[in-house]
Amino acid sequence: MAEKEIDSVTGVETTGHVWDGDLKELNKPLPKWWLYTIYATIVWAIGYWILYPAWPLPDGGYTKGIWDYSQRAVVTQEVADAKAAQATYFKKIEETQLEDILKNEELLPFVMAGGAAVFGDNCGPCHGKGGAGSVGYPNLNDDDWLWGGTLEAIEYSITNGIRSGHPEARDMAMPRFGLDGLLKPQEIADTAQYVLSLSGGATDEAAAGRGKQLFADNCVACHGEDGKGNPAVGAPNLADSIWLYGSRLADVERSIVTGRGGVMPSWGGRLDPVTIKMLTAYVHSLGGGQ
Amino acid sequence: MKHDIFEKRPMVLLIGILMVVSIGGLVEIAPLFFLSSTIEKVQGMRPYSPLELAGRDIYIREGCYNCHSQMIRSLRDEVERYGHYSLAAESMYDHPFQWGSKRTGPDLARVGGKYSDAWHVDHMRRPRDVVPESVMPGYPFLEKRKLDYSDMDKRLQALRIAGVPYTDEMIASAKADVVAQVSPDTDESKALLERYPKAQVRKFDGAGGDQPSELDAMIAYLQMLGTLVDFTKFDAAGPNLR
Repeated sequence: MAEKEIDSVTGVETTGHVWDGDLKELNKPLPKWWLYTIYATIVWAIGYWILYPAWPLPDGGYTKGIWDYSQRAVVTQEVADAKAAQATYFKKIEETQLEDILKNEELLPFVMAGGAAVFGDNCGPCHGKGGAGSVGYPNLNDDDWLWGGTLEAIEYSITNGIRSGHPEARDMAMPRFGLDGLLKPQEIADTAQYVLSLSGGATDEAAAGRGKQLFADNCVACHGEDGKGNPAVGAPNLADSIWLYGSRLADVERSIVTGRGGVMPSWGGRLDPVTIKMLTAYVHSLGGGQ
Repeated sequence: MKHDIFEKRPMVLLIGILMVVSIGGLVEIAPLFFLSSTIEKVQGMRPYSPLELAGRDIYIREGCYNCHSQMIRSLRDEVERYGHYSLAAESMYDHPFQWGSKRTGPDLARVGGKYSDAWHVDHMRRPRDVVPESVMPGYPFLEKRKLDYSDMDKRLQALRIAGVPYTDEMIASAKADVVAQVSPDTDESKALLERYPKAQVRKFDGAGGDQPSELDAMIAYLQMLGTLVDFTKFDAAGPNLR
């Protein structure tokens, strides 16, 4: 490098590089504030290494730092703290019978709020945000219950599920009268007309008359002689005007052909017993709890 | 100072810049490959069964990751809504991983078993039939398209190169295993369950026929997400904690 050269106009040292014969660059150092900021970040990093987990070690481990920080430990602690804050309520809910919770003015608001929150994420996708259900997914606001609307029945259904594969699940299945060839298409059509006639919806009285005997032979064991169903085996009431899979002839025929058989997951593994208790009280309160 | 070498040779400057910039990556990323706790030791993880893998490929093809993440972060609100935070081990056979960073829809890391197959069928067909406020597009064509699994053995082979421990037996029976997973109570499905424990065998889309549809594969994949690790046995406070 050449000797130090001072630019005559500004009085500042140049870098000594020359472009195009006479173009020179002033050697301006970094601003002091910038320089000290980067020094400060280096010091900060050293402090960070001392306090927090930082460097890998040859044995496959790492330096834990003085604070031994772990995001997983933090979230575990946060969840534990939240549980502890709710513990008084949770303990009371655990110790109180469901019937008594409904009468307990102190617990009820907590139970309803907790139940609604859990319902929204876990149950809403099928049963609807307000529990109104849709085709194939039961309405929880009415008085019509497939497996019973008592507190015990609801709690059992939520915990073990319906045809969920859980060993304790509610598992009765209607035969697939059409797919398995148990009834001929004409017989299915007649039976469907009879089923519709129970709630005054038959479109062909003659067919409904023919279906009466078929119904007696094939359906009464579960649905009852009057077609009013049996919650013990999950057989729906066919004599009311509430239809899970639709009230058209084609819908009812399809039910007889395929046997339907909706599936609800078991929630016992996903939600803890106290949460299921809150959920049960909430679902019971939606409308038709028995 | 001797800047000339950089200032007068653009390629040298470029290489110099790359070297300096890569220091950050080397310092932050490279150590993870040498830490024994980066991927926790957990029980239950296995490679995807061929049908699940086909569903995963459709998941990627349809761009599901644009709206759905598969990564429950270690934050209280996420843990309370979605379940146990995701472990690195749970995506160790994912190439590429589907963690995602955008949640227009909910996280799917533990969606397996949360809803019934019939719900997934309805939801894929017309999402607003079951979730009125949903903005998800429908995928009604999935149930109409037959699953193309003619190259399933090659897909497994490719993943083996990437480090997924598929055995020769798994690769040889890959195509048959696709059909076996929608054929309950057969010898083939029992053999499948031995190769892929906890695999769920049933007709996922509820339709007849022996040949799986794309919807079968999709639902098989969704129903297994997050179901392999048994968290009642996972010791979060043990040596896995970091």
